[in-house]
Amino acid sequence: MNRTIIAALTSAVFLTTIVASAQAQTAKLSGDMVRIGVLTDMSGLYSDVGGQGSVIAAQMAVDDFGGKVLGKKVDIVSADHQNKADVAANKAREWIDRDGVDMITDVLNSAVALATAKVVAEKKRIMMDTGAASTRLTNEDCTPYTVHHSYDTYALAHGTGTAVVKQGGDTWFFLTADYAFGHSLEKDTSDVVKANGGKVLGAVRHPLSASDFSSFLLQAQASKAKIIGLANAGGDTVNSIKAANEFGLTKTQSLAGLLVFIADIHSLGLAATQGMYVTEAWYWDLNDDTRKWSKRFFEKTKKMPTMIHAGVYSSVTMYLNAVKATGTDDADQVMAWMRKNKHSDMFGKNMVLREDGRLLHEMYLFQVKKPAESKAPWDYYNLRSTIPADQAFQPLSLSRCPLIKK
Amino acid sequence: MTEILGIPIQALLGQLLLGLVNGSFYAMLSLGLAIIFGLLNIINFAHGALYMMGAYAAWLSLTYFNVGYWPSLILAPVVIGAFGMLIERGFLQWLYKLDHLYGLLLTFGIALMLEGTFRYFFGVSGQPYPVPEQLSGATNLGFMILPNYRAWVVAASLTVCVATWFVIERTRLGAYLRAATENPKLVQAFGINVPLMVTLTYGFGAALAAFSGVLAAPIIQVNPLMGSNLIVIVFAVVVIGGMGSILGSIATGLGLGVIEGLTKVFYPEASSTVIFVIMVIVLLVRPAGLFGREK
Repeated sequence: MNRTIIAALTSAVFLTTIVASAQAQTAKLSGDMVRIGVLTDMSGLYSDVGGQGSVIAAQMAVDDFGGKVLGKKVDIVSADHQNKADVAANKAREWIDRDGVDMITDVLNSAVALATAKVVAEKKRIMMDTGAASTRLTNEDCTPYTVHHSYDTYALAHGTGTAVVKQGGDTWFFLTADYAFGHSLEKDTSDVVKANGGKVLGAVRHPLSASDFSSFLLQAQASKAKIIGLANAGGDTVNSIKAANEFGLTKTQSLAGLLVFIADIHSLGLAATQGMYVTEAWYWDLNDDTRKWSKRFFEKTKKMPTMIHAGVYSSVTMYLNAVKATGTDDADQVMAWMRKNKHSDMFGKNMVLREDGRLLHEMYLFQVKKPAESKAPWDYYNLRSTIPADQAFQPLSLSRCPLIKK
Repeated sequence: MTEILGIPIQALLGQLLLGLVNGSFYAMLSLGLAIIFGLLNIINFAHGALYMMGAYAAWLSLTYFNVGYWPSLILAPVVIGAFGMLIERGFLQWLYKLDHLYGLLLTFGIALMLEGTFRYFFGVSGQPYPVPEQLSGATNLGFMILPNYRAWVVAASLTVCVATWFVIERTRLGAYLRAATENPKLVQAFGINVPLMVTLTYGFGAALAAFSGVLAAPIIQVNPLMGSNLIVIVFAVVVIGGMGSILGSIATGLGLGVIEGLTKVFYPEASSTVIFVIMVIVLLVRPAGLFGREK
């Protein structure tokens, strides 16, 4: 009996060694190296939340692998997509066809992400999106090669919407950026508000990068809604909050920022943002791992990382782990491995990649600190609740992704 | 409550007033562009960047030298005006004999370089600039709550616009300027230093842009891209008013601000395009602009 077990174990170990060495020998890397592309906004309104910081985050992940995987070099390239879908799609095509890029990350801005996902899937490479918010990436426009890593409009709407309605903010008026992302965020949040027994009194749609928000805010004020939901991002959110303070809206009504980054809070200051609820996938001051990593990031950039930066680090780590384990950069095998295994790093623990491309991890509801509570620069959030991975994102049963067999 | 097309008249009054505030910025910026175009024949694409630099000059002097809002209102235009004169002496003066296009391309390039430089050092999220203490708070006008600062913006910009108009149309210096616009050679023959006047004019245009920048700093986030968001609208204002027309740019600036404000009430989605629709109509009906003269 004992002998049989020992024999079985020995042969198992032996077999594994053979398989492993076989893998190492046939390590199939296209171009004899792994090349990762960081496609982001380098110069426009989102370049502080992604931009150069994302390139640095990607490089940090590569450095943690010693710059090599399977004994071959890992290389980072980056480009500015200028928030233009056509520029991004062309760059992705050029990268894959000419430069042998295996995986593209960051890809913030939903319009850009949707266009890039199509090119990447057509060429059978991988896109790990850490910056775009539209849920279309894992629904109508899902592909077998898209990983939607960090957050989406559903998660943001549920985090902030539910919390605010529960605190008594049951009448809402939306200030919405007039494009796909804003509409989708407004719709998702409205659904949450209604489902929790709240009422939506109206919405005003403003053009992207509007020069002045005061007249939209006066309309929001006239609605007498308790909560003004800001379904916009970046500079638009910042200027909305600024004008709301100036016109005294914040004395009688509350603002709910639906996509707010720590960079926005930093630029506005706590006096203007205190008490606001924000939902984020990650914050630098969550635990020792995040603090340690953020300190490294801060030393290189003089800024604290956003959840997009942390997402880029995590996605590159995930990808390189997969390449290491499968011994190849073949997209199908890498994707299969990432779906099968759980992923843990400083971004999240036991993260699961679902078949529609959604990466499931915890989300966090924060409340912005009062100026007196903040002990150091970048000390901005109080953690109010942790939303478990299985509740944070749209359930698979509601998915409109054609890849899901129902 | 009385209503017009389903909008309470009080809300409408509020929006009109806000339109006037935005119109003041359009008026001041298009005034600077009009003066520069009138005398230098340069389509100054760097105007937005100069406006942004004005705001940054205020923010930098507050943050690093503790110089407050009121001194900045004078200092920033002086500094940026001097910077403008350097641009004129260093680059633009070589282009007057060439087609408009060269001036446009050069200033556009300068604008991109300036914006890029500021973006490199300050990022795009922007920096907050506080409202000066004397003007913080708001006044209840009955139909709306108007922040005192916005009222000050309208007053300050109207004063500057009227003063500029007065200098150009009613004083001897202005007469020289206007004459130099018509026929620089002849004016030079009378012993007037036209190149110096040209340099000073560009500097003044830049100073006006910087002044608007300082005025805007407490309202919107001080941000390297703040100029490029605005400059295209301001160009449309100049075209509607008539290239080079002083009064035209002031009147259309204010008028279009109000029209834009009303659009934000009735059909907010169109508020960024309404000015361009008007521009197309004006160009079809009066190609020289509302206040321009056909040449």
